[in-house]
Amino acid sequence: MKQLSKFRSAEKRQVAVFIASMLLSLSSIAATQPSANSDAEQVLRGEYLTRAGNCMGCHTTRGGKPYAGGRELVTPFGKFVTPNITPDNETGIGHWSEEDFWQALHYGKGRDGSYLYPVFPYTEYTKVTRQDADAIFAYLRSLTPVAQTNPPHKITSPYDNQFLLFLWRTWYFKEGVYEPDDSKSEEWNRGNYLVQGLGHCNACHTPRNVWGASQDDKLAGGEIMGTYWYAPSLISHREAGMGEWPVDEIAKLLSTGVTGHAVTSGPMATIVRQSLQYLSKDDMRAVAVYLQSLGEKRGEEAPRKIPPMPERVSRYLALGEPVYIKHCQECHGKSGEGVPGVYPPLAGNRSVTMTSPLNTIRSVLYGGFSPATAGNPRPYGMPPFQHIIRDHEIAWVVSYIRNAWGNFGSLVSPEDVDSSRGNEF
Amino acid sequence: MQMKFIVFILLAIGSGLVSAQEPVLSSVPDTLEQRVKPCTICHGDEDKAGRDAYYPRIAGKPAGYLFNQLRNFRDGRRYYQAMAILLENLSDEYLLEIAHYFSSLKYPYPEPAANTLSPEEIQAVETLVHSGDPERDIPACGACHGKALMGVEPFIPSLLGLPHAYVAAQFGGWRNGGIMRGQTPDCMSEIAKKLSQEEVNALTVWLPAHPVTGEPAEAETLPPELAQRCQTILSGEGFTR
Repeated sequence: MKQLSKFRSAEKRQVAVFIASMLLSLSSIAATQPSANSDAEQVLRGEYLTRAGNCMGCHTTRGGKPYAGGRELVTPFGKFVTPNITPDNETGIGHWSEEDFWQALHYGKGRDGSYLYPVFPYTEYTKVTRQDADAIFAYLRSLTPVAQTNPPHKITSPYDNQFLLFLWRTWYFKEGVYEPDDSKSEEWNRGNYLVQGLGHCNACHTPRNVWGASQDDKLAGGEIMGTYWYAPSLISHREAGMGEWPVDEIAKLLSTGVTGHAVTSGPMATIVRQSLQYLSKDDMRAVAVYLQSLGEKRGEEAPRKIPPMPERVSRYLALGEPVYIKHCQECHGKSGEGVPGVYPPLAGNRSVTMTSPLNTIRSVLYGGFSPATAGNPRPYGMPPFQHIIRDHEIAWVVSYIRNAWGNFGSLVSPEDVDSSRGNEF
Repeated sequence: MQMKFIVFILLAIGSGLVSAQEPVLSSVPDTLEQRVKPCTICHGDEDKAGRDAYYPRIAGKPAGYLFNQLRNFRDGRRYYQAMAILLENLSDEYLLEIAHYFSSLKYPYPEPAANTLSPEEIQAVETLVHSGDPERDIPACGACHGKALMGVEPFIPSLLGLPHAYVAAQFGGWRNGGIMRGQTPDCMSEIAKKLSQEEVNALTVWLPAHPVTGEPAEAETLPPELAQRCQTILSGEGFTR
C-alpha cells in the first residue's frame, strides 16, 4: 500500500511535471506562434507597400537584380546612382536597423547621419507611418542579399555640399507623418496618404523650381526631371485632371493601363506595370476617389472660343492632313475618334491639346505599347515613326491633330520635334 | 438522321445571323497580327518583307531566338533604342507569344542580292562558312547555324535572307562591343573579333547573296563543344514551345 502510494505520488509528480511542461510548451507556442505569424504578415504587408512605393522603379537597373540599385538618375544637379537596398552586409543595408531605415525614409538622413539628396523622395515618404515603414524594412530584410557595389554619385559642384543640402532642407522639407483630415471620408484620406506619401506622385506631377524642389503638393504638372516627358497636371481639366471622371474609370486606367478613352504611356505606363496594378481594389479605389477630388470641374465655364485662324496657319495645318491620312487614320480614325479601349481618340484628347506638345511628339517618334498588366495582358500598341517620317512631317502632323476636329493647341515646329528626342536608354 | 442534320444546319445559320446582327463594338481585329502592328511597320508584313531596309527579317526565325532577343532588348542586354522603348512594359508571357507568332510566319524570301565578290574571295569566304579556321579557333558558320545556315531550333538564328546593312551592323557591334552590353558573355562577339576586316566584308556580301533554301535544323545536330561555348545563347529560361 505504501509502495502503491509511493508509486502513485511518483506518478502524480510525473503527471504534474508532464502537465506543467505541456502548459509551458503551450505557453511558449502561444508566445512564439503569433509573432512568427505576424512577422510573416509584416513581410507580406511590407512587400505590398514596397510595390505601392515603387521602390523597385529606381532601385533596380534595366534587367538588373531587383533592389540591388545601380540605376542612374540624371538631374541638373548631377548624376545620382541608386543604392543597393538588399540586405547584403557589405554593399547593401545588411547592417541597417529599423531605426536607421526610419531615419532615411522619414527624415532623409543616411545611416552615418549625413543628409540625403532629395532625389530620394523622402520629401514625400516622410508622410509614411512608422508601422508601414517598419513593414517595408522587414520586407527588404527578407530579400536574398545581393552583393553589388554601385558607382558613386557624380554631383555637380557646388551641389555636393552638405551645408547647401541643410539649407535646402530647412527651406523645402517638411517632416511629418500624414495627418488625416477628419472632415473627409476614410477612403479619401487613404487615397491622399497613398498618393502624397508612398506613391510619391508629386515627384513627377508637379513643377520644380531651380533648386529642384517640388513647388507644393498640388500635383499641378511639370516636366519630369532627367526625362523628356511631361507629367500632366492632375488638377487642370485641360490636362489630366480627373474631376469629371467616374471613380471606376480612374481606377481602371491606373490598374490596367487602359480605359475606353485613355491609355497610359511613357513613364506612367511603367509605373502602372511596376506598381499601381498591384494595389488592392480598395486602395486603388481610394486613390481614385482622392484624385477625383483634386480635379477641377469644368462646371458652367463657357466653351473655349477658338479664334479665327490666319490663312498662313491654316495652310501650315493643311500640310499635316495627308500625313495623318497616310500614317495615323487607319487606327485613330477619320475624325480622330480612335477605337475604344484599343486606340485612343485624338479628337478631344487633352493629352494631345495640352500646352506641352512633348508627350504627343514623343508618342509619334517612339510609339509604344500600353503596359502589359493582369487586366490587359496583351496590349495593342503604336508604331514608332522616327524611322518612317521626317521631323518636319512629324511637326506637321502633330500640329494638325492639335487643331483638327475641334481641338485647339499651339503649332509645333521641326525644332520642337528634334528637342523632344533623348532619354536614358 | 438527315432531318436532324438539316435542322442543325438551319440552327447554325440562324445563330450565325444572330451573331452578325449584334453590334460590332470594335472594328479592330482581336488578333496578334493587329497587336504587333508596332513591330511590322519596320519588320515588314507579307508584302514588304524586303531587304532594302536596315531592319532584319524576323518572320520564320526560331521562336526561342526571337524570345531571347526580345528580352535582351527590353532588359538592356542588347542595345537598340527603338526596341528598348517599345518593349519596356511588356511581359515575358506576351513576348513569348509574339516570338511564336513571328516564328510561325512563312513569308516568301526576297531574291538574293547581287554577289559582287571575286572568285578568289568567294572561295575564301565559303571555306570560312563551311569549314571555319581551326587554327584561329573559328568554327564553321554552319556548325552552329545549321548546314543550310537556316538556324537551329529553337535558339539559333538563320543567317540568310537578311539585308546587307543589318549583317554589317551586327558584325560591327560584335567586334566593338556595341550589341551585347555589360558582362553578358556572347560567343559571336568572341568569334567576330577573330575575323579580319576583309573576311567580315566578304561575309556581309556573301550571306545576303546566298539563296535561301531549307529549314532550321534540330537542336541535336549541334556539336557538344559548341553548345558549351555558346551556352548563354542556348539557354532560354521561361521558353516553351
